[in-house]
Amino acid sequence: MSALVPAVAFWLAAWGLNIWLAARLRGSARIAVPALFGLAVLALWEGTVRAFAVPEVILPAPTVIAAAFAGNLPILWSDFVQTIVKGAMTGYAMGCGAAVAVAVLIDRSPFLTRGLLPVGNFVAALPVVGVAPIMVMWFGFGWQSKAAVVFAMVFFPVLVNAVAGLAAAERMQRDLMRTYGAGYWPTLWKLRLPAAMPFVFNGLKIATTLAVIGAIVAEFFGSPTRGMGFRISTAVGSLALPMVWAQICVAALAGTAFYGLVAWAEARVTFWHPSQRGRG
Amino acid sequence: MSKALPVLAVLGIILAVWYAATVWMNAPQVRQAAARAGVELTTGQVVAATMSEARPLLAAPHQVAAELWKGVTGQPVTSKRSLVYHGWITLQATLTGFGLGIVVGVGLAIAIVWSRVMEASVMPWAVISQTIPIVALAPMIVVLSNSLGLGERLGVENRLVSKTIIAAYLSFFPVLVGMVKGLRSPDAMQVDLLNTWNASPVQGFVKLRLPASMPYFFASLKIAIAAALVGAIVGELPTGAVEGLGARMLVASQFGQPLLMWASLFAAAIVAGVLIVAVGTLQRLTDRRMGVRP
Repeated sequence: MSALVPAVAFWLAAWGLNIWLAARLRGSARIAVPALFGLAVLALWEGTVRAFAVPEVILPAPTVIAAAFAGNLPILWSDFVQTIVKGAMTGYAMGCGAAVAVAVLIDRSPFLTRGLLPVGNFVAALPVVGVAPIMVMWFGFGWQSKAAVVFAMVFFPVLVNAVAGLAAAERMQRDLMRTYGAGYWPTLWKLRLPAAMPFVFNGLKIATTLAVIGAIVAEFFGSPTRGMGFRISTAVGSLALPMVWAQICVAALAGTAFYGLVAWAEARVTFWHPSQRGRG
Repeated sequence: MSKALPVLAVLGIILAVWYAATVWMNAPQVRQAAARAGVELTTGQVVAATMSEARPLLAAPHQVAAELWKGVTGQPVTSKRSLVYHGWITLQATLTGFGLGIVVGVGLAIAIVWSRVMEASVMPWAVISQTIPIVALAPMIVVLSNSLGLGERLGVENRLVSKTIIAAYLSFFPVLVGMVKGLRSPDAMQVDLLNTWNASPVQGFVKLRLPASMPYFFASLKIAIAAALVGAIVGELPTGAVEGLGARMLVASQFGQPLLMWASLFAAAIVAGVLIVAVGTLQRLTDRRMGVRP
């Protein structure tokens, strides 16, 4: 029980501090409050695991996971490169690029645009991750099949958002471009694509999570002897649970960093948009 | 009618591309087989053969439809070879996970709207939780719920418990975000009006905030139910499950039955479609009950 007491005490103290901080939400408190909450959860976790002597097989303590993380850096790094950099990032770049290109093509025909939106919305909601076994059959066990799954998963969400975005420029703005004597392409480059960016980034942000999920799931259907999905399934099989949790940490960090990267790019590209203004 | 025509046109284009791709992808396989048998095939014969390959690289649409039909009607629905049976297993996990996701999402949303501390400390973590790929957690959840014996204690199968948790994890976030937005959607004037009527906070919540949040609620339900299905299918992959559409895909991929793989994929897509339509119908019924004029 001894380890539980300080953990609970810490949790209560953090909670009290949070109540005090939340009443004065300014600047650094915005980060401090959730950080304290996270630390309190970790402390409770550690305390509970130690106090009740929970076996490592059920739930390893955070310190044990941290040790496993630090002790397996080369393996974690090679898995990260295989799954996230080669599989997820490549598929993400190709899928999003293709989706925006197709959106521009389709945008020239209002008839197809009207037909595509319902179909695209529907496909975006389907469990596309199920194409993983088919892609493994087509492209083999390497990272190419993972990139293909990611491509299929991110294509429709981004396409739907890009098509909606291309319709975002107002009639007045388009008329203004026409009075300037701008043709289709200058209008597209200077007005409509920039105006579509908030929508496109909405799709891109949704797609980051999908990309990481797709790359890992595809590895359950067959992979070379590295990669995060492969490592997780074999480590679970041999009950090396601290290793599994270390991989989860990598996945969480990679997923958050990936999302953060896209959000950062969004803030740079769509700085003019009302939702980005006044954030300093 | 003017709405259906473009959709049909797009579907027609997709189907045409699919057939063309079937011929293109399967032709080398067909030619190889013919060369081995020492037969010369005309182009027409090659095209015909690509449509009826037993283990095609890309199954033709009508082959998928036939396999799907066979999987659904070919045997009693209780048979382990029936797609209805596997679909039902997956649907159970989807719906329980969806229900749990709604409860958690709405509960957290109410807490967040109620208390500023909750908002400041929970909301960022809810966002971060969505960048964690759940599939990394899926095998863990299975081990956890197995070793804790959650299933036995609740009187259901262990596999259902782990799949439910995964489905709930994926579906709670859209509900949470939608409900927070929805519960905050009444403007200050409306809240003030209730105050002048001396309404208690609970009355204000039940009579103003909750009804006002309904459009947001249903919009997020449509996303959440699709996410729950993905969660249930993903939950079947790394867990050694033998039942359910996800397990069916995995088995078909390991034993080299492409047609079965395609059929399971489409069965999952059909389940997703039916669920989304069902939520849409529920929304229309609720709207009518609340007096929304179309």
